[in-house]
Amino acid sequence: MKVEFQAPQGKILKVSGNCISLVGDDIDTDRIIPARFLKCVDFESLGDAVFEDDRKDLKGKHPFDLPSNQNASILLVNSNFGCGSSREHAPQALIRWGIKAIIGESFAEIFYSNCLAIGMPCFTLAKKNIKSLQVKAEKGSLFFEIDIKNVIAIEGSTKYNLELKESSKNMFLSGEWDATSALLKNIKLIESKMDNLPYINLNK
Amino acid sequence: MSQNTLFDKVWDLHKVADLNGGSSQIFIGLHLIHEVTSPQAFGALKDKNLLVKFPSRTIATVDHIVPTDNQSRPFKDNLAEQMIETLEKNCKKHKIKFFNIGSGSQGIVHVVAPELGLTQPGMTIACGDSHTSTHGAFGSIAFGIGTSQVRDVLASQTLAMNKLKVRQIWCKNKLSDGVFAKDLVLHIINKLGVKAGVGYAYEFSGPAIDSLSMEERMTICNMSIEGGARCGYVNPDKVTFNYIKKRQFAPKDENWVKAVAWWKSLVSEKDAIYDDVVKIDASKVEPTVTWGITPGQSIGVSQKIPELNELSIDDQFIAGEAYEYMGLHPGQAIKNTPIDVCFIGSCTNGRISDLRVAAEIVQNHKVSPNVKAFVVPGSEKVAKEAIEEGLDKIFKEAGFQWREPGCSMCLAMNPDKLKGNQVSASSSNRNFKGRQGSPSGRTLLMSPAMVAAAAIEGKVSDVREFIKK
Repeated sequence: MKVEFQAPQGKILKVSGNCISLVGDDIDTDRIIPARFLKCVDFESLGDAVFEDDRKDLKGKHPFDLPSNQNASILLVNSNFGCGSSREHAPQALIRWGIKAIIGESFAEIFYSNCLAIGMPCFTLAKKNIKSLQVKAEKGSLFFEIDIKNVIAIEGSTKYNLELKESSKNMFLSGEWDATSALLKNIKLIESKMDNLPYINLNK
Repeated sequence: MSQNTLFDKVWDLHKVADLNGGSSQIFIGLHLIHEVTSPQAFGALKDKNLLVKFPSRTIATVDHIVPTDNQSRPFKDNLAEQMIETLEKNCKKHKIKFFNIGSGSQGIVHVVAPELGLTQPGMTIACGDSHTSTHGAFGSIAFGIGTSQVRDVLASQTLAMNKLKVRQIWCKNKLSDGVFAKDLVLHIINKLGVKAGVGYAYEFSGPAIDSLSMEERMTICNMSIEGGARCGYVNPDKVTFNYIKKRQFAPKDENWVKAVAWWKSLVSEKDAIYDDVVKIDASKVEPTVTWGITPGQSIGVSQKIPELNELSIDDQFIAGEAYEYMGLHPGQAIKNTPIDVCFIGSCTNGRISDLRVAAEIVQNHKVSPNVKAFVVPGSEKVAKEAIEEGLDKIFKEAGFQWREPGCSMCLAMNPDKLKGNQVSASSSNRNFKGRQGSPSGRTLLMSPAMVAAAAIEGKVSDVREFIKK
């Protein structure tokens, strides 16, 4: 039984946990959370439905069903992860299942910004490193300690230099990934922009 | 770094501030919302005790969950009813203009905003839907956002963003007869790949783009996201201005003259610098069909499904997955693949010109007895116009079902779904596993004209043979 979900809050400096590896390129958000689960007015119940159709297909052998992965929190993926629909339900389903950070070859743009906006860092790592970690993960559990400030992951005695956009890194470290209050600090500038944009006046 | 492109000009105009972390704060000129990705955003506003900052800059409609057979309320599906009620309540509470069912202007959000004249050049446009890139066809910077970002736009009318790079996709020559915007964009995605656009805005330009209608340009920009690009755009020109003129929310009288002059000034300069330039020969594009599970896995209708060794190493893994899921074999021709369901609609190809082209193909033909075929107009306005032109009759006489407007089987959040491993010929935008409502359902993306041809023949067919007849 999983512990109750607690949304991240404030500064995010370190993430650590067991790794769950999911092999495949171009895994889209329809696969992460099929559209029928979008019929909801909150995100609460999405955790159990993550990868629902892929999991049914694999009858208990999907990484998200393997007993050894049940406490995992660092997701290891390949390229263009999260492509397709902009549904935030996808990262919300992952975070509610228990994922706290993702390491991958590359991420789709909107998925990446959705993860940032809910406090779930997405790091990139070279393809060859991802592949070798995925092979290793099949043989036994891997435990990662990720230091966001230095953008490194330590697994056993190996140190991996991850990549993270500088602006994203700063937002995790300052807590401003939860952007609303930072944006509202500039309210006077926003009002002035509203008053001065050509089309807003031309459409009055 | 790009300079003097339309993207640069619009970005600079909307920049409010540099944020501490290094990203930019960008003003969003037009915010569109619908029932699926907004309820949690309004919930978050409530939790944070915030109000909508500029309610006049947000417009709502309902599209994803609406049934297309019977739209009377309450909807049979309780969850769908709850979602539309939540949107109605949120719009009322926050004084947001809502184009509801029966208003005459309801429809797919990316069909509705352009036809109302809300979408205009030079704007930044955001919506909790990845196909917001559609609006870039007008020379706006338009992109999809998630629900937390919807919350931020509601609260502050701004977003924290990193500037994108700009790739010009120069399309030379012209499309041949029977080849449409959908074929061109599928071809581009195939050539560049589904992840090539990550980090980029796509500028579609060149003679092949200039000669397209506004609706065709929307089809192209709509699928930028399928190529990985969060936004795609076309520089505005006479075609753009003529489309907008006299629409409900277009600038009026002396403001119209000023607006056109301003729009012209936004066009990418001749000496603009791009981060990348790609050239595509539009005259080489055939009617194009997807055979796999990503929109990049497509071929011309006369071609064969590629063998593994014809693909790059990076594309081989997903190709293997695709052969298995689709039940199609490498080396097999795509033409004559049997079809069970034909769907004409969606924000990609559910506009009046799409229905006209498809109706022209089906006129005096009958849908194959083994095929279920249906047309879902993109909006109430599209439906009205089609009925006035008698297109609904043409479709019905041929054996198509004529439905009410909505997103329908593009993503199957409403009752329109594939069953089992049915194969669908679809004018929509995604052929992902399970996309059209059945976990084993299979989708072949193509132009509305090609869907019409497939409906008649009951199998993938070359629409050019219909045009000759």
